[in-house]
Amino acid sequence: MGALTRAEALVGAVPPVRRRMTAAALSFGILAVAACALAPLVGSTPIDVRRAWDPSIAFSDNVDAQIFFVARLPRVLSAALVGSSLAAAGVVFQALLRNPLATPFTLGVSAGAALGAMLAITLGVTFAIGPLGTVPLASFVGSLAAVCIVYLLATARHRGFSTNVMLLAGVTLNAFFSALILFLQYFADATQTMRTVRWLMGDLDVASYGPILAALPLIAIAIVTFAWLARALNLLVLGPEQAEARGIDVLRAQRIAFVSASLATGAAVSVGGPIGFVGIVVPHLVRLLVGSDHRVLLPSASLFGGTFLIACDLVSRTVMAPLELPVGIVTAVIGGPFFLWLLISRGAGGSGQ
Amino acid sequence: MAADLARGGRIGTVRDRVAIVAAIVAVIVAASIAAAAPPAKRIVSLVPAVTEMLFAVGAGPQVVGVSSFDREPPEVARLPRVGALLDPDLESILALKPDLVVVYGSQDELKTQLERAGAPMFSYRHAGLQGIFETLRQVGDHTGRVEAANALIDRIRADLASIRKAVAGQPRPRVLLVFGRDVDALRNVWVSGGVGFIHEVLEIAGGDNVMADVTREGLQINVEQILARKPDVILELRADARADAEREALQTWRTLSALNAVRNRRVYFLSGSELVTPGPRIARAAERIARVLQPR
Repeated sequence: MGALTRAEALVGAVPPVRRRMTAAALSFGILAVAACALAPLVGSTPIDVRRAWDPSIAFSDNVDAQIFFVARLPRVLSAALVGSSLAAAGVVFQALLRNPLATPFTLGVSAGAALGAMLAITLGVTFAIGPLGTVPLASFVGSLAAVCIVYLLATARHRGFSTNVMLLAGVTLNAFFSALILFLQYFADATQTMRTVRWLMGDLDVASYGPILAALPLIAIAIVTFAWLARALNLLVLGPEQAEARGIDVLRAQRIAFVSASLATGAAVSVGGPIGFVGIVVPHLVRLLVGSDHRVLLPSASLFGGTFLIACDLVSRTVMAPLELPVGIVTAVIGGPFFLWLLISRGAGGSGQ
Repeated sequence: MAADLARGGRIGTVRDRVAIVAAIVAVIVAASIAAAAPPAKRIVSLVPAVTEMLFAVGAGPQVVGVSSFDREPPEVARLPRVGALLDPDLESILALKPDLVVVYGSQDELKTQLERAGAPMFSYRHAGLQGIFETLRQVGDHTGRVEAANALIDRIRADLASIRKAVAGQPRPRVLLVFGRDVDALRNVWVSGGVGFIHEVLEIAGGDNVMADVTREGLQINVEQILARKPDVILELRADARADAEREALQTWRTLSALNAVRNRRVYFLSGSELVTPGPRIARAAERIARVLQPR
C-alpha cells in the first residue's frame, strides 16, 4: 500500500518531477561530460596533449595524437556507451521482472553472447560486416539467439507474456549456455580457452571508432525507447493488474521493454564483453540518490553508468601498467563490496518496488 | 642467529650450513637419479617440447605414447594419444605400461595418481633457454643417451653462437613480439615479456624486446602501450598460419602509422612450430628471426 501511494504521488506530481529530471540530468550530465573530457588526458604513458591536438603535425607521424585519438578516446567513448547501456538496461530489467536482483545478464543475453564469441574463437572462422570483426558479430548474434529463445518461451504457453516463465527460462538458458561453453572449452586448445576467458573479463580497448559506431544506432534506439517507457515502467513495478487498471497496455510495454533492453545489452556486450556489476550497482546507487521514478532514474542511471565505467576503465588501463587489469575485474572489485555495503546499510533490496 | 651458530659449534655461518645441506640434497638427488638409472624403454610424453627432445637424442623408438597436441617430429603421428595438459587420460597412460611418464610441472593431480600407480615420472617446466639445455641433459640421462644429448646441446649452442656472431655490430631494432590477437583488429594483443626462451632467442637474433622490462612470459598489451613502446619491428609468431596472414598483418597494423615498424613496413609474420616450442629446433627459430631482423 505504501508503495502505491508513493507511486501515485510520483505519477501525479508533474511539475516537481520535471524539475527533478532537469536537476538530475544536469548534474549527472555534467559529471559524464567531465569524465569524457578528462579521462583521455590520463593514461599509462605521459603524452603532450597540445602536440596531440596540433594540426600542423601530420597525424601519421604524431605519436601523441595517435595515443590520444586511437588508443584513449575510443576507449573512453566505448566505456561511456557500454556503461550507460548496461546501467539503463539494468534499471529496465529490474522494473520488468520486478526483482531488484535482475541484471542485464539475468535473462541469458551474456551467456548467449559468450557462446557466440566462444564459437567464433574455437572454430577459427573469420567474417566481418563493415567495421565489425568476427568476435563482436558472433557475440551479438549469440545474444540475439538467447533473447529470441527466452522471448518465445515466455510467450509460448500463455496467451500473455509471463515474466515468471521469462525469468526461469533466462536463468536456465544461462546455465545451459554456460555448460555448452565448458563443453567447447574442453575441446579447445589452451590459447583459445585463454582468449575466451579473457573475453569474459571485458575489454574496452577497441582501438578504433568502428565498433562504437556500429553499436551506437541500436543503443540510441533502445535509450529513446526507455525514455518513452519510463511512465509505463513506473506502473509495471506495481504489478500487471495495477498497471492495467491505469490504462497501460501491459503486454505491449513488457515486450517492448524486454526487446529494447536486450538489444542494448547485446550491443554493449559486443563492444566490451560481458562487464558485470555496472547493470546492478549503478541502478541501485542512483535509485538511492534520485528515487525510483523511472523518468528521473533512467536518464540518471544511464549517465552515471557511463561515468562509472569510464572511471573503472581508467583504473583498468593505468593501475598495473604496462599490464592491463581487465575492466570486469575492476567493476567487480569496486562494485561487489560496495553493493554488499549498500545492501546492509540502506536496505537496497526493498527499493525499486 | 649466525652468531649463535658460530659460537655453538664447528659449523660456522648460516651459509656454511646451507652449503652442507645443499650438498647432502645434491648427493641424495644424484643417488636417486642414479638408482632410477636403467634407461627408460617405454616413455609416454605429455609435453610436446620434451617429445621433440626425446626424438632428437635418438630415443624416438622408446616413445610409446604422446599428448594430443604433439605434431613434431612427423613420426609421432603413428603413436597413441593420451590426452594433454588439462585432460590427461590416466587409464590410457597406464595401459601403455610406461617406465617413464613425462608430465608438466603443474599437473599435480596426475602426478599423485602416477605416484600411486608406481609409474616413474619426469616432471618438466618451461624455463627459458637454459632450461632447454638442462632438460636435454636430463632427457639424455633418462634414456641412456647421454652422449647424443651432449652432442646435441653442443651443436645447438654452436649454432646460436654463430647467429649471435653474425648479427654482432648490426643495428639492433626494437621489436614487439606478438603471439596472438584478434583477426583484422588490434584487440587482445598478446606479446612476449622479458622472460622465456623466445625472448632470449630474439636477443640472440639481434633484436631488443620492447617489453623486456616486464618479468612475464606473455602479457596482453593495450594499444596505448604499443604506441608508447615505439617498436621498429613488429614480429608476429604463430604455430601455424592462415593463408593471407602476412597481408592481413600489414593491413591491420596500418592503424598505428606513427610507429617506425608500420611506416617502414617492417611488420612480419612468421609461422612454424619451432617458433613456439622450447625444443631442439630453437636454433632454426633464431635463424629465421635473425634473417627477418637483419635483411642483409
